[in-house]
Amino acid sequence: MNRTPRPGWLDDPRNVTRIVYGLYAVCAALLVAELVIGRKAEFGIEAWFGFYAVLGFIAYCGIVYAAKALRRLVRRPETYYQDQDVRDE
Amino acid sequence: MSDVLLNPGLVLIVGAAGLPLLRGRAQQLYLLALPLLALALLVRLSFGERGRLSLFGLELVTIRLDALSFVFALAFLIAAVLAVIYSWHLRDATQHVSAVIYAGAATAALLAGDLITLFVFWELTAVASAVLIWARRSQASYRAGLRYLLIQALSGVLLLGGAVLQHSVEGHIRFELMALDNPAGWFVLLAFGIKGAFPFLHNWLQDSYPEATPTGTVWLSVYTTKLAVYALARGFAGTELLVWVGVAMTLFPVFYAVIENDLRRVLSYSLNNQIGFMIAGVGVGTELAINGAAAHAFAHIIYKALLFMAMGAVLHRVGTIKASELGGLHKSMPWTARFCIVGSASISAVPLLSGFVTKSMILAAVAEDGRWVAFALLLIASAGVVDHSGIKIPFFSFFAHDSGLRCREAPAGMLLAMGLAAALCIGIGLYPQPLYDLLPYAVEYVPYTASHVITQAQLVLFAAAAFSFLYRRGLYPPEIRSVNLDADVVYRRALPYGWHTASRAVERLRLTAGPPLRRRAASTWVATTGPLRPNGRLGTAWSTHLMVWCIVLLLGALILLTVR
Repeated sequence: MNRTPRPGWLDDPRNVTRIVYGLYAVCAALLVAELVIGRKAEFGIEAWFGFYAVLGFIAYCGIVYAAKALRRLVRRPETYYQDQDVRDE
Repeated sequence: MSDVLLNPGLVLIVGAAGLPLLRGRAQQLYLLALPLLALALLVRLSFGERGRLSLFGLELVTIRLDALSFVFALAFLIAAVLAVIYSWHLRDATQHVSAVIYAGAATAALLAGDLITLFVFWELTAVASAVLIWARRSQASYRAGLRYLLIQALSGVLLLGGAVLQHSVEGHIRFELMALDNPAGWFVLLAFGIKGAFPFLHNWLQDSYPEATPTGTVWLSVYTTKLAVYALARGFAGTELLVWVGVAMTLFPVFYAVIENDLRRVLSYSLNNQIGFMIAGVGVGTELAINGAAAHAFAHIIYKALLFMAMGAVLHRVGTIKASELGGLHKSMPWTARFCIVGSASISAVPLLSGFVTKSMILAAVAEDGRWVAFALLLIASAGVVDHSGIKIPFFSFFAHDSGLRCREAPAGMLLAMGLAAALCIGIGLYPQPLYDLLPYAVEYVPYTASHVITQAQLVLFAAAAFSFLYRRGLYPPEIRSVNLDADVVYRRALPYGWHTASRAVERLRLTAGPPLRRRAASTWVATTGPLRPNGRLGTAWSTHLMVWCIVLLLGALILLTVR
């Protein structure tokens, strides 16, 4: 049964934008929650306001950019090992 | 002697022999009955040691059930039930038999009280699981399976070497906490390290798991590496080295996972990263840390199986699992997409799901031990988990751009297994106490504090915000068809290349340096053997006069040397 579904709610780019802004709003709410409720901290900079938020954002971006650099170094064509296998036979 | 048979692992191994005799529905029901029977047996067994055997003067303990082995065995058998349901549609006795033997061998290895029993089942897991890779029946899977089996067998040989060394030094083969002050400890640690996919020993995992069958990878994801985590927790808890090995393991696969195109290989890197958290916990070795490692292994077995199930379902329906070719599948496979998101949120440690209540125990133990550097690095790795397993897996398969692929929803068995696994992820997350009660140590740990929920939600959601920010600005690396070099380039490319080059060089040397060398050797031969020929100087008859002089000189020398 290969039916083509109707355009879904997610097919409308405006809805995707709404989700993203919703996410940003929840992030902001979490910062407010930290400010209002407060939290425990075990060591030095961990006690800074928004430490986990900044770490999450920065670490994520850092990982992605580092991976992009890594890709330049390690990327090979998909047949890289297959060529070797064929030669071996 | 007879209590040897009370082994839940043996139930599976022996029971598997009956599978090829059955067909159709009878085979399916029998297949489901096996892990359920093993589970019932495990739950009824009391803690303690049984199944003692004497073999060549060695005292074997085939069943040692305590809190640590119980929690792992329980997870193994629950996963076996889920995997059987997931494979319900499959009509391939080879895969069923090898999968059940593999699960049985891994469970029996958990229960082993000595190194020889451990070795036997350790090797059996290797052989049985290799069949799950070969069952894909492609050239690539055949080669990947061979590489996998070689490396796994090497791990077994090292384990056996360690057992022999321990017996010769300490006079026993019991599997207990081991020290690294003797070679036996290092042999065994290396054996565990190979199966546990330590950095540089890890590539068998990313090489072979994506080549196995859609159902086979689900089985594979459960057993081998978690058996290693258990073995490390049993033999090397509190080993400082493991903290840093674990931290390294959480970090480096993260970068590879970002740029990997095969989504089951992304999950293999992610598996490697999750094992790292457990091994770091084992290295810290406090009661909270060991509890954390065991709890995280339990939760991880379920959510990682769930993620491999979702990707297996996509592969089963669409025929490819390359991110560059997928997208928009939530329209065709809405339930698979939902279950996958539950798995992704669990592994990302989103509050209310299983990863949140288990991984945080390890992080808390690391912090409690005052290891701030390790703690910070594990947090960074956690942000990486959000990327590869939390976002990349569901996003590029079910959402992103619509690839135009249309297919049917996954088969009912697959959906049921994914649904059960997702329910377990949510259940453990909402109500972790039953899992905590199973853990080796009685430690009070409260996951749901306002502080923990806020910080963890911030970490996950700001990482997700970073993804949307980068992706919408086109800064996120695109999915492209490629192979990324990893440590396996050493034995898949460098060593064969080195060997070929060396053999070619030897051949060239033979051709260029050979003839002149042969000529020189022939002339030297003629020159040195000339005097010995019949008409040579030494070959002619010597006079009696000369012979007598020789004898006198020899005797004189003898007297001088012996008489003082």
